[in-house]
Amino acid sequence: MSALWQTSASAVAEQVNSRALSATEVARSALDRIAAVDPALDAFLTVLADRAMAKAKAVDETVARGQRLRLAGVPVAVKDVLDIEGLPTTCGSRILEGYRPPFTATAVARLEAAGAVVVGKTNMDEFAMGSSTENSAYKKTRNPWDRDRVPGGSSGGSAVAVAASMAPVSLGTDTGGSIRQPAALCGVVGLKPTYGRVSRYGLVAFASSLDQVGPFTRDVRDAALVASVLCGMDPMDATSATEPVPDFVEAMGAGAKGLKVGVPWSFLTEGVDEGVMAAFRRALEDLRSAGATIVEVSLPHAHHAIATYYIVATAEASSNLARYDGVRFGLRAAGAKDLRGMYGETRDRGFGPEVKRRILLGTFVLSSGYYDAYYLRAQRVRTLIRRDFDVALRACDAVATPTSPVTAFRFGEKTDNPLQMYLADIFTVPANLAGIPGLSLPCGHAGGLPVGLQLLGRPFDESSLLRLGHAYQQVTHHHEVLPPL
Amino acid sequence: MVYYRPMAKVTSETVQHVANLARLSLTEEERSTFALQLDDVLSYAEAIQKLELADVPPMSHAGTVERFREDSPAGELPHEKVVAAAPDPAERLFRVPKVLGG
Repeated sequence: MSALWQTSASAVAEQVNSRALSATEVARSALDRIAAVDPALDAFLTVLADRAMAKAKAVDETVARGQRLRLAGVPVAVKDVLDIEGLPTTCGSRILEGYRPPFTATAVARLEAAGAVVVGKTNMDEFAMGSSTENSAYKKTRNPWDRDRVPGGSSGGSAVAVAASMAPVSLGTDTGGSIRQPAALCGVVGLKPTYGRVSRYGLVAFASSLDQVGPFTRDVRDAALVASVLCGMDPMDATSATEPVPDFVEAMGAGAKGLKVGVPWSFLTEGVDEGVMAAFRRALEDLRSAGATIVEVSLPHAHHAIATYYIVATAEASSNLARYDGVRFGLRAAGAKDLRGMYGETRDRGFGPEVKRRILLGTFVLSSGYYDAYYLRAQRVRTLIRRDFDVALRACDAVATPTSPVTAFRFGEKTDNPLQMYLADIFTVPANLAGIPGLSLPCGHAGGLPVGLQLLGRPFDESSLLRLGHAYQQVTHHHEVLPPL
Repeated sequence: MVYYRPMAKVTSETVQHVANLARLSLTEEERSTFALQLDDVLSYAEAIQKLELADVPPMSHAGTVERFREDSPAGELPHEKVVAAAPDPAERLFRVPKVLGG
C-alpha cells in the first residue's frame, strides 16, 4: 500500500468525499512530506501550513454536511505568480518584496471552491522569464532526479512539488513552455490549455497575448479532473473564452482509437538529443499500440517561432512590467532625489538580469525606427505559424514532438548565453504563438533523466489530447516511476 | 516587395537609449554585456527579415473573439486595500518623491 502523500488527486477526492479519509489527514501528510523533502529541493517559497490546515478542516465540515466536492481535500501547490489575498506574491522578484495582493486569482479561487487545499507558493524564474528557474531572486530549485540539475522553468517549483510527491497537483503558467518544459524535465504531466480557457484574473502578467494557467499532475486522469474545474469563462477576465467546458474526465475515457497523431519530422531535425529522440520514437509506437494512427505533417514556419516569440513576448513584457515603478507595489528604492531617479533606482535594484534583458529587448523592438522591422514583422510571422497549425490540425487531431530537445541540464550550463537558453524552447513556443493547447507526458528516460512527449491540439480541443494521453498511460508506466528521494 | 532593414549593431549607446525609455538605471558593465547579448538575439532574429510578408496580416493575440461588456462599474476593489499594498501610502493616496528635479 502506497503512502498517503503518493495518492493521486482523483483518489484523494473520492476518499475524502466518501469520508474514508479526512482532508485534515491529507493536508497533514502533504505538509509533513514538504518538511521532509523540500529542504533538499527548494520548490517552495512559502509554505502555508496554518492556512492549509484551516481550509482542510472547512472541507471536512462541508463533506460532513453531505456535500460532494470535485477536489475534496486535494493538496495543491501554486506558482508564486498567482495572487492569494493577503499573502505574499513575489513572482520570484525582489521588486515585489512586501507586496500582498488585495485579491485572489480566479484559478486559485475555483480550485478552493471545489475543495482543494493550497499548501504553498512555489519558486519560479523571475516574472516567469526563464527555462531553468535559475532566474529566481530567492532560491535555486533542484531537479529531484538529479539535484545538480535544473528542474526546467519557469514553473520549476510547481513541477518539482508534484515530481517529489509534495502535492498531487500544482498550478503553473505557460507563456512559452513554462508548464510543459519543466513537466518534461521533472517527469510529470503538464497541461497548457487553449489561450483564453482559464481566467487570468489575479495572474501577474508577463506577455498578455501568450500567458495561460494550467496544472501539473502525475497522471492524465488528474490533469483532466483539475482542468474540468479550472477552465471556464470569468467576467473578471475579458480574454477568457466563452466556449463550453466539457467534463474532461469523461471525455478522456473515449480512448485513442480513431485519433490521428501528426509528426512534423522536418521540424525535428536539429539539436534534439539522441536519447530524447529515441524515447520520442518509442512513444509514437506506444501511441500506435494504444490505437492512434501516426501520420506525417509539416509546420513550414515553426523554425521561426523562437525569433518571433522573443520579439512578441519581450515587447509585451516591457509594457506589462512598466507598472513596477516603486509607486503602487512592493519595493521602492530609498533616497532618490526626484521621481525619475526613484523609478530608475527601484527598477535597477528590483529586477534581475534576465528581466532587464527582456525589458530592454522589448523596448528596443517597439522603439521608433525598429517597430516595423521587428515587432510588426514578428506579428505577421505569428500569423504564418498559426496557419501552419490550422492546416496540420486538419490532417490530424494532435501534433506530436518531444517537449524539450534536451533533458535537464546542469546549473549554470546555459546562464552565460541567453540565446542558448532561449533555443531550448523551440518545441514549446509555437503553441503559445498559435494559442493552441499542449500536453506534456512523461515518455521514458535518457541517461537517467525524464523525457517528455508533447501533444498539441486544435483550439478548445484539450479533450483529444487528454484522450491520447490517457490511452498512452494505459499502455505505458513511465508516469508511475518516481524519482529516488 | 521584400521589406528589409539592414541590421543595426547594438552598441552600449543603443542600450543606454533604450534603458532611458524603459526607466532602467544601468551600470557601464551592464550596458556592455546587454549590448552583446541583445546583438546576439537580434542577429538570430534576422532570419524573419527575409520572409515575404506583405500579404500576411499581423496577429496581435490568439483570442477567438473580441468581447465587450457594458461600461458600468462592477467588482471594484476597496480603495483602502489597494492603497495599503503600496510602499508609501498616504491615507487614500500614493506618496511619491518630487516630480521636478533639482
